[in-house]
Amino acid sequence: MSEQHIKLPEGSIEKTTTTLNLGPTHPATHGVMQNILELDGERIVSTEQTIGYIHRAFEKIAEHRPLYQITPLTDRLNYCSSPINNMGWHLTCEKLLGVKTPKRVDYLRVIIMELARISDHLICNSIVGVDSGAYTGFLYVMQYRELIYEIYEEVCGSRLTTNIGRVGGFERNFNDIAFQKLQKFLDEYPRVQKEFENLFTRNRIFMERTIGVGAISANRALNYGFTGPNLRAAGVDYDVRIHSPYSSYEDFQFDIPVGTTGDCYDRFLVRNQEIWQSLGIIGQAFKKVQEFKGAEADVFHADVPEYYLPEKQDVYTKMEALIWHFKIIMGEIDMPVGEVYSSVEGGNGELGFYLVSDGGRTPYRLHFRRPCFIYYQAFEELTKGSMLSDAIIVMSSLNLIAGEMDA
Amino acid sequence: MALTNQQIKQRLTDKFADLVTGFEEPYGMLTFNAPKELNLKVLNFLYDDDELKFRFLTDLCGVHYPDLKEKELSVIYHLHNLEDNVRIRFKIFTNINKPDVYTATGLFSSANWMERETYDFYGINFVGHPNLKRILNVDEMDYFPMRKQYPLEDQTRVDKDDEMFGRGGTIGFGTEQTVDVTLVESEKNTVGENII
Repeated sequence: MSEQHIKLPEGSIEKTTTTLNLGPTHPATHGVMQNILELDGERIVSTEQTIGYIHRAFEKIAEHRPLYQITPLTDRLNYCSSPINNMGWHLTCEKLLGVKTPKRVDYLRVIIMELARISDHLICNSIVGVDSGAYTGFLYVMQYRELIYEIYEEVCGSRLTTNIGRVGGFERNFNDIAFQKLQKFLDEYPRVQKEFENLFTRNRIFMERTIGVGAISANRALNYGFTGPNLRAAGVDYDVRIHSPYSSYEDFQFDIPVGTTGDCYDRFLVRNQEIWQSLGIIGQAFKKVQEFKGAEADVFHADVPEYYLPEKQDVYTKMEALIWHFKIIMGEIDMPVGEVYSSVEGGNGELGFYLVSDGGRTPYRLHFRRPCFIYYQAFEELTKGSMLSDAIIVMSSLNLIAGEMDA
Repeated sequence: MALTNQQIKQRLTDKFADLVTGFEEPYGMLTFNAPKELNLKVLNFLYDDDELKFRFLTDLCGVHYPDLKEKELSVIYHLHNLEDNVRIRFKIFTNINKPDVYTATGLFSSANWMERETYDFYGINFVGHPNLKRILNVDEMDYFPMRKQYPLEDQTRVDKDDEMFGRGGTIGFGTEQTVDVTLVESEKNTVGENII
């Protein structure tokens, strides 16, 4: 019978803490990530994170694909706000190629990116509600996320993983239906957001669940590489849209909401405030787009013959357009040599793209600077000494998206 | 007065003389190299100096240049001075047969997982790292997949039959390279043995 002894790990008999495995498939973890918690009763002593369950080797794949074939990969990073990832990638390519986009393209991009930001923050905030037991808010705002998805669908055809835009602009002009839906969203959504805030902001149970939970100081947050709403909740007003404006963000008037303690309640409030700021930006951008008249109102892309497919009528009649069409589709365009780092303000923070090109058809190296990956390291420090239920709330308030963590 | 690239370059050459080399400004971002033994000294200098103040580590990644003999693996640090809004890129190169680099986790806590990812993809050994094991790939993987000699698809898998998709089997299609993955002793991953 001696061969049938179970071999226990070292020291497991003498151990006084409980090991609890949270994940990778667990209703509270949004995406696949694993947390192994050491609990003393209900207090967390230490945690260990295991990620990589959805690692899809994007950086290796990107070395084998021409620029516009990498856009679908970037969709699947932070899939709750995929237009922002797409636009970030296109901005990186445009920086490498030296392309300047016309103002109307920039304003349309701003509209799409802010819609994506609203949809990302909505998911995060309503899931914090769900994890603390309040399911209603989540379903109520989902109806308006559907409207955002319909706006994407009018432009690019897809709802979630949008592959929206091209190097230099968009694949088609925004049609009237898209603008009508946008107007409907701008008219109806503020009332919904107010009602969502009424449910949670001064709700006693929610406040007791989130105030003081998962707090982090500004210095520790900066040391951990936090960016985005998590950093702003800790008190640092760093926003890539203001500090390194891209896509004509300098033409818009908006504020950066900051918190004080960096706990879950501050993160919730910062995200809500950012939704209001985004609504303001979309309103301003929409007005600016409507001011373009005549031929200017039909501009939806810059002139990038090497990377932007020519009009089909031209392909059938003109020689240069035919040659460009062939070269683009067969992937025979060489990129300029160089290395560029470009970043955008994603839903979770600074989403950066480091692109090294050696003059070939595909990148030599493409690295995604993924905010979720970087700030999930701080989870142990955020939850040490708190209760198990606090760990759940912290995980959801950090807005961890597995796709962005693992790439 | 704003911090310009020229000032940063001046401060670095004042402190490190000709150990810092390769100053370039691709797309406006100052980029420079230093020997790998000095990476912590340079990072600490950039952090502590009251004029430079590069106190935010934006990114840490690796790149493999198989053509640079003795300097194949590169670690790239992207730093950011949040107050003056200046970014800088700092590269070090190390030999692929002995890829030891001092860890930056003592200075930046965010370097912890970024160095694990660079180890996982390229095999760079960060000396002094608290927990250097694979992070994104499976623990049993015994090669470093982002290195250039490895093709996109894992040739060691025996559970996939892609013949119906036009790959593998007895039909060889031109562009698929079948690389014989013979592992060099130095590449075998002995860290992270599973304890039952």
